[in-house]
Amino acid sequence: MSDSSRTIELEVLRYRPEQEDAPVWQRYTVPYTDDMSVLQALQYIKDELDGTLSFRWSCRMAICGSCGMMVDGKPHLSCQTFLRDLLPGPVRVEALAHFPIERDLVVSVDGFVKKLESIKPYLIPKEPRTLAQGEYRQTPEQLAQIEQFSSCINCMLCYSACPQFGLNPDFTGPGVIALLHRYNADSRDGGRAQRMEVLNAEEGVWSCTAVGYCSEVCPKHVDPANAVNQNKVNSAKDYFLRFLSPKGAT
Amino acid sequence: MLETFNADVAIVGAGGAGLRAAIAVAETNPKLRIALISKVYPMRSHTVAAEGGAAAVTQPHDSLDAHFHDTVGGGDWLCEQDVVDYFVGQAHDEMVQMEHWGCPWSRKTDGHVNVRAFGGMKIERTWFAADKTGFHMLHTLFQTSIKYPSIRRFDEHFCVDLVVDDGRAQGVVAIDIASGEFQLIQAKAVIIATGGAGRVFRENTNGGIVTGDGMALAYRHGVPLRDMEFVQYHPTCMPGTGLLFTEACRGEGGFLLNKDGYRYLQDYGLGPATPEPRNKAMELGPRDRLSQAYWHEKQKGRTVDGPHGAVVQLDMRHLGEAKLRERLPQIYELAVEYLGVDPAKAPIPVLPAVHYTMGGIIADGKTAATLPGLYSAGECSSVGIHGANRLGSNSLTELLVFGKVAGVQAAAFAKSAPQGNTAALMAQAQAARQRAQAIVERRGSGERIAALRREMAQSMEEGCGIYRTATTMQATCDKLAELKQRVQRVRLDDHSKGWNTEWLLAIELGFQLDVARAMAHSALSRRESRGSHQRLDGFEQRDDVNFLKHSLAFYNGDDAPRIDYGPVKITRSQPGTRAYGAAGEKADAERKAKDASHV
Repeated sequence: MSDSSRTIELEVLRYRPEQEDAPVWQRYTVPYTDDMSVLQALQYIKDELDGTLSFRWSCRMAICGSCGMMVDGKPHLSCQTFLRDLLPGPVRVEALAHFPIERDLVVSVDGFVKKLESIKPYLIPKEPRTLAQGEYRQTPEQLAQIEQFSSCINCMLCYSACPQFGLNPDFTGPGVIALLHRYNADSRDGGRAQRMEVLNAEEGVWSCTAVGYCSEVCPKHVDPANAVNQNKVNSAKDYFLRFLSPKGAT
Repeated sequence: MLETFNADVAIVGAGGAGLRAAIAVAETNPKLRIALISKVYPMRSHTVAAEGGAAAVTQPHDSLDAHFHDTVGGGDWLCEQDVVDYFVGQAHDEMVQMEHWGCPWSRKTDGHVNVRAFGGMKIERTWFAADKTGFHMLHTLFQTSIKYPSIRRFDEHFCVDLVVDDGRAQGVVAIDIASGEFQLIQAKAVIIATGGAGRVFRENTNGGIVTGDGMALAYRHGVPLRDMEFVQYHPTCMPGTGLLFTEACRGEGGFLLNKDGYRYLQDYGLGPATPEPRNKAMELGPRDRLSQAYWHEKQKGRTVDGPHGAVVQLDMRHLGEAKLRERLPQIYELAVEYLGVDPAKAPIPVLPAVHYTMGGIIADGKTAATLPGLYSAGECSSVGIHGANRLGSNSLTELLVFGKVAGVQAAAFAKSAPQGNTAALMAQAQAARQRAQAIVERRGSGERIAALRREMAQSMEEGCGIYRTATTMQATCDKLAELKQRVQRVRLDDHSKGWNTEWLLAIELGFQLDVARAMAHSALSRRESRGSHQRLDGFEQRDDVNFLKHSLAFYNGDDAPRIDYGPVKITRSQPGTRAYGAAGEKADAERKAKDASHV
């Protein structure tokens, strides 16, 4: 255990539209222990120092995807980011970059969810099956094709890392393209043609300039850059096949 | 006037059960308007944190009868046996349905879905998606729900009350968190699917949102909470945070060791200790027994002292890095990142933490509450399958089986229910708004929310922990009564409207205190030991004569809840000795012989 008198400073970017016209930095001093996460430091502030600080959190174990924020300028899940790695401080905490701030560390998720909803993120069966017929067969190798892309927790860190999304908020973006790829690449799925319409659009894969920072910040190793690039190939194929078949590639 | 939305079915909670219910309503009758209301985005719901898997009889040598007996015995005979029969019978179809919706279940080399061993289950029947089963199920359900245009989501809307008129539930009042504005969502039927209440305890595996909201909403409207004294301690959690290391760690072959490196569970009727995992024995015993064994080891001084309390060791070194990375990738990362322990090289320090609320809103076998028009599904519900102790991997299945039932039932009720009296409902909604706004508008001196929350959680741990006595439970009941008074005088720092999360925390604390009181008083009144409710003060034995019955806690305003009892449905399994390990195998063989002689 650490010396209980140790402390660390946090600088938090505050923005309360009902009180302030523009964001302001606010400094807090919190007790420090080796095993404390940035989230726990924020919880200490909320509980003991300043109940007006707003942020989202829930699971504390990097799976619910609520607590993404910028920590020292980089997108992180605050529950999985430890003060011991940010010494000596002050630790600068602000809302996820590239998203409209609703208040303090809370950003608007609506745009992301609308994109997610737009890509038909559900299985469109190649061969419909009744329950009585049991499960589809899928080998471990076929599962491996989608496993990584199905691990996205929708935390949106990759959007904060993506310079193209920063320039063009309509860009479908890394997380949603990874999800689209997850369904297209599923051995049970036959909905690729329907989803390619989104991907081929101006805001689809072609907005990506292959920076790769999205994959670097992903806390779940989804590697969205890989999904985007595989789909540039698919999209290109689709473009040329369109001349041969009016419905495009299937 | 408040903004109003007219729905046929309102569903509170958009985790596994709420989403499954919404899909069931949409498929039953596409014309019904569904309002799916959650204080978070669906994919943040706590279903996301479930790790190990979902049970359904799958292998040829398994049987529905075996799943039934595991569940009923595991629940120490406090289960509704007809409901358990329905549950085990529907489980496999629901798993296949999830597979058809795209859930990435882990597979065998031949492409069929794989199953793993789980605690208290005689035969391997737990479907899994690595060690992120809840995550994959939740995302599959959320993404699938997008297909149905009749599902209108109210994401980040916080329910403060139900509206009840003409003797039936007719909707909810909710705060749009982003704006702070109130909304009346009028409906002909309401399904509550808000999950458990584990956050009323100090050390727990639950997310911050698991505050028993829906239980409290129903309870305050006169619906009893059933079997609330039964709270599950999961035996293998992270010291300090309480984060979960799935039972699958032991299903895959992990050992539990005391400070001498000894597999101590063999001293508690769970042996013999074999090197290979044996179902319903040792580390694959049920959770209540394992958490109780930890408590005894601690009393004997055979645990290891750590910075966050006494721990035992979860040893998985013998499984090897490759298998750990394949089967338990999330556990591997949690151990490395949060504890600095590489589980392939060193044991993980663990201790029990509160994990699951067995009791909940009373529900008949078809999820209906005692209030017409009200249904419940998932952890908030007491449909009767868990009894006094839930078996791991039965709860994810429960979300699906009873989420679907709730959707079908609510759809039928909504179709036949008359249009409500909007003016009367609006008046109730206005009153609910005023009560909620009084909290945020209160100024001047007062206590901080966190101080009260800490006292509640500490007191629940002391009084309603793994072992209980009348003295400690009474002290908790008294503390909670005191907090119920003090909570009326909490002071907020934040008086704004939009994204005022301090306000929501204050409302949640009110919910939590009501649910905690139901737990503590139900516990104090049960003068026996059964499943997860274990006493040390002269009631160490199960007492089927006086307590083979469900407790019912009725809300009583500021006063202590009134505790009553209801019958338990016994069909074909008479209460017997709950035996595991070698003794359990002997008892199983005797039961089978007896059953055969009856045929």
